[in-house]
Amino acid sequence: MANKISDETIEYVGILAKLELSEEEKEAAKADMEKMLDYIDTLNELDTSGVEPMSHVFPVSNVFREDVVTNGDNREETLANAPLRKEDSFEVPRTIG
Amino acid sequence: MDILKLTALELGKKIKAKEISVREAAEAALERAKAAEPELNSYVTLDEEGALAQAEEIQKKIDQGEAAGPLAGVPTAIKDNMCIKGKLTTCSSKILSNFRPTFTAEAVENLQRAGAVILGKTNMDEFAMGSTTETSWYGPTRNPHNTAHVPGGSSGGSCAAVAAEESFYSLGSDTGGSIRQPSSFCGVVGMKPTYGTVSRYGLIAYGSSLDQIGPITKDVADCAAVLEAIASHDAKDSTSIARGDYRFTEALVNDVQGLKIGIPRDYLGDGLDSEVQEAVTEAAKVLEKCGAKVEMFDLGLVKYAIPAYYTIAAAEASSNLERFDGVKYGYRTADYEGLHDMYKRTRSEGFGPEVKRRIMLGSFVLSSGYYDAYYLKALRVKALIKQAFDRAFEKYDVILGPAAPTTAPELGKSLSDPIKMYLGDIYTISVNLAGLPGISIPVGRDGKGLPIGMQLIGNVFQEKTLFRAAYTYECATEKQYEGPAEFGREFGKEARQ
Amino acid sequence: MAKQYETVIGLEVHIELATKTKIFCGCSTEFGGAPNSHTCPVCTGMPGSLPVLNKQVVEYAMAIGLATNCRITQVCKFDRKNYFYPDNPQNYQISQLYLPIARDGYVEIETGNGKKKVRIHEMHMEEDAGKLIHDEWDDTSLVDYNRSGVPLVEIVSEPDMRTADEVIAYLEKLRMIVQYLGASDCKLQEGSMRADVNLSVREVGSETFGTRTEMKNLNSFKAIAHAIEGERQRQIELLEEGREVIQETRRWDDNKEHSYAMRSKEDAQDYRYFPEPDLVPIVISDEWIERVKAAQPELRSEKLERYKKEFDIPEYDAEIITESKKTADLFEAAAAACGKPKKVANWIMVEVFRLMKETGTEPEDLTFSPENLAKLIDLVDAGTINGTVAKKVFEKIFTDNVDPEKYVEEQGLKTVSDEGALKEVVEQVIAANPKAVEDYKGGKEKALGALMGQTMRTMKGKADPGVVNQMLREMLK
Repeated sequence: MANKISDETIEYVGILAKLELSEEEKEAAKADMEKMLDYIDTLNELDTSGVEPMSHVFPVSNVFREDVVTNGDNREETLANAPLRKEDSFEVPRTIG
Repeated sequence: MDILKLTALELGKKIKAKEISVREAAEAALERAKAAEPELNSYVTLDEEGALAQAEEIQKKIDQGEAAGPLAGVPTAIKDNMCIKGKLTTCSSKILSNFRPTFTAEAVENLQRAGAVILGKTNMDEFAMGSTTETSWYGPTRNPHNTAHVPGGSSGGSCAAVAAEESFYSLGSDTGGSIRQPSSFCGVVGMKPTYGTVSRYGLIAYGSSLDQIGPITKDVADCAAVLEAIASHDAKDSTSIARGDYRFTEALVNDVQGLKIGIPRDYLGDGLDSEVQEAVTEAAKVLEKCGAKVEMFDLGLVKYAIPAYYTIAAAEASSNLERFDGVKYGYRTADYEGLHDMYKRTRSEGFGPEVKRRIMLGSFVLSSGYYDAYYLKALRVKALIKQAFDRAFEKYDVILGPAAPTTAPELGKSLSDPIKMYLGDIYTISVNLAGLPGISIPVGRDGKGLPIGMQLIGNVFQEKTLFRAAYTYECATEKQYEGPAEFGREFGKEARQ
Repeated sequence: MAKQYETVIGLEVHIELATKTKIFCGCSTEFGGAPNSHTCPVCTGMPGSLPVLNKQVVEYAMAIGLATNCRITQVCKFDRKNYFYPDNPQNYQISQLYLPIARDGYVEIETGNGKKKVRIHEMHMEEDAGKLIHDEWDDTSLVDYNRSGVPLVEIVSEPDMRTADEVIAYLEKLRMIVQYLGASDCKLQEGSMRADVNLSVREVGSETFGTRTEMKNLNSFKAIAHAIEGERQRQIELLEEGREVIQETRRWDDNKEHSYAMRSKEDAQDYRYFPEPDLVPIVISDEWIERVKAAQPELRSEKLERYKKEFDIPEYDAEIITESKKTADLFEAAAAACGKPKKVANWIMVEVFRLMKETGTEPEDLTFSPENLAKLIDLVDAGTINGTVAKKVFEKIFTDNVDPEKYVEEQGLKTVSDEGALKEVVEQVIAANPKAVEDYKGGKEKALGALMGQTMRTMKGKADPGVVNQMLREMLK
């Protein structure tokens, strides 16, 4: 099955991913994604019914920290790379409401 | 004595014996790098001043007996996706082109404790997305064996730096073959350890469930020694595994008597370059002569690894790279109107095409309505691939095959057809999906003089088995590390020919 | 006749857990502090940082799940919820969608028509976001990540509530349970308990639900009640006009008593959840569940029984005092300090509750120390001050937590027990009020009250009313 990616889909994914593509890039992205999805669709040749999706390779579980304060006032380090800083905060364009 | 010819362990010994000072070693590598860089571009940052200061420090420690490890004083290079406090760490991306981390990656800290002198940060595919080191915002790295060719990727800078003697060893990271494939293309030894062996804390994530840091070295002994230095159980990385035994150098034993080696028939099929096939088959025969039992078998599912991998890696990457938004660090666009415009422009200007391609794909496969069909399907296939390896390791101790289907392609020939480029990862990718250790070692050259790598894959936690097999191969072929043939001592303008 | 509508309400309640540190890093959860002073690479989403789960978060969540009759998910996992917003440093929130820690519970509430069960669909653990401060003047917002990574549980109810009263009863019940567990202080004002209201309306008798809206930004019971009424009206008006309710998120503005849509074309509500690869699953054994159960602090019903037995106070008193854990704790501590539980109970039920009502103070915001209440009771019992003075002193204890012994001393409020001085005053009062004296002697018992009052006023309240009464009667014989 050949996948078809619409302009709306590319637009929508752009909103999700916060990427703004030029018209040219959009066309390229459509073609790319169609090809990749066709490729990924080959996975459907495999019967995976009854197979649990595997997100972790190892059956490791219950990795915890104790509830003990280990960090002090790190604000200078936190803000050291800020593109825009105002006093002790990051400055961003006004968010709505 | 030519310092640059030494392996890391040899240099470490001479430093300990006071035959060479740490400063001499660092200066030799720096001089070499300064001469080679205009041609190769292995480094994003060559930190001459910092390296010499570290050399001073470490020499003192060695003299006072505080740094007694085998790698103390040996200069190294770190892939630019590992954080070092205060040092530019870019992931070869414009979006991090001004980023100086406030902490150091655990693996790098482990190396620092072992007395490493860090020469600089090496070039890579942007955010480790690529197989050629051509997607770097800092321009491509060239293959020291033939500068018309790529070094492979994404750890291309780390591998080229070792191959060109710009560093005695280096660290790379491997998500789908990013250590093993460029090691193969550059004629060096590179290992991706079992997932969880080296802490990912401070490694800027690409595909979190697949990423592993590993050593890139001149020979197998160095590889074991470096892994021994960087591997640790780290409480800061929840996926880090406490292993009882980190003494990898103990496995440097010249003996494969009775070792069962399987060669997947499916690795020798379509798309495999005949010269590569020949060299790898030849190498297998060497191990057989040494007493290993070698046979062919069907691994299965090989062709499904790539689509499963790209689904999972792209999905994780799309999420991991959301944090680059111009708010807390890194690049922010100059002109914007409002928040969302700032986000979009920052990211669209800050990321290169391959990164955007994978973010778009990853966002799509996770989006509402597609998650089950794509993402969960890929995770199910991953489970099947793991099962296929489990079955293979019931019969074999080691799986042997090529590291890549070809030798290094020419610059500029790969990026236009992504799927073709992704196919170059066919032998390495499934190893990441299954969390297994894999090592690439040089086994010859093609007609153009480009190195060929053989990959040995082990069952989980069986790095030692891989070191033993690889070391035995090295001993049997009396193969010492040899410097790049065509890219010789003299860095003339004609190095390319 | 106009159509009759029924309101259908479900709640998503966020509760900040009372851990010392954040959910995935060792930063303090302490409230306040300079912006970004409680931050580290993990809770600010620095490249290369990784989360490690705080075990106490899991235990608090388990405790809340068990106390709300939920089934604990014995293999649970975290997922990433992806959305861009500056208060969310990674631009994904680590939360739980597919395998939340608890499911299928309920709490019982009291309604006008008796008891009612509100079912809990699920409860999950997640991290809180940072704080945005909006600069009115230069069109920017400031981001502070001190709250980023503070642990939350989100309790999602079934749409089982029908009125604002039921919603408030449900919230009060949840708050009581969680406070008793010590899992959170549940302060609405500080945002450590927050509710999003999902509301729809339908014609009475209808089997299907109407289209619902979600209202956010509700930080007081009053705001919640207002928002429910406002939104109910809005939806009914839409339906009456033949228009449709749109499924959307709305923000309630309590000042304007109006909600408005938060939609924007840049917000595609598609969170692309997937399993968090940086965290491993949590496997909860039966034994662990038992341990959490065993370690649970006394619940209200147990406390109530114990109070009746141990302190011999009436059921009614015990019920009122245990309504909030804070008042129960105050009661126990004060009773222990002075050894007079019944008197402590009276003080709490009368004076403490009166002042709370007058000042609009929630129990968890009470700041006076139980020792000072105990001292006050001792002072009264010893006859050092009388009841009227004691009430005045308690007001100072309530607001400023003064030490009553010192305060009484400093302000000169001690009851005058010097008989001579008192007698002098009484004589003066008798001399100055011949009419009242005459009335009393003529059999008007009430006139004695006037003389009493006069005496107490002259004494500035510092006399023992019993003694004054006695003295007057003696002298007027």
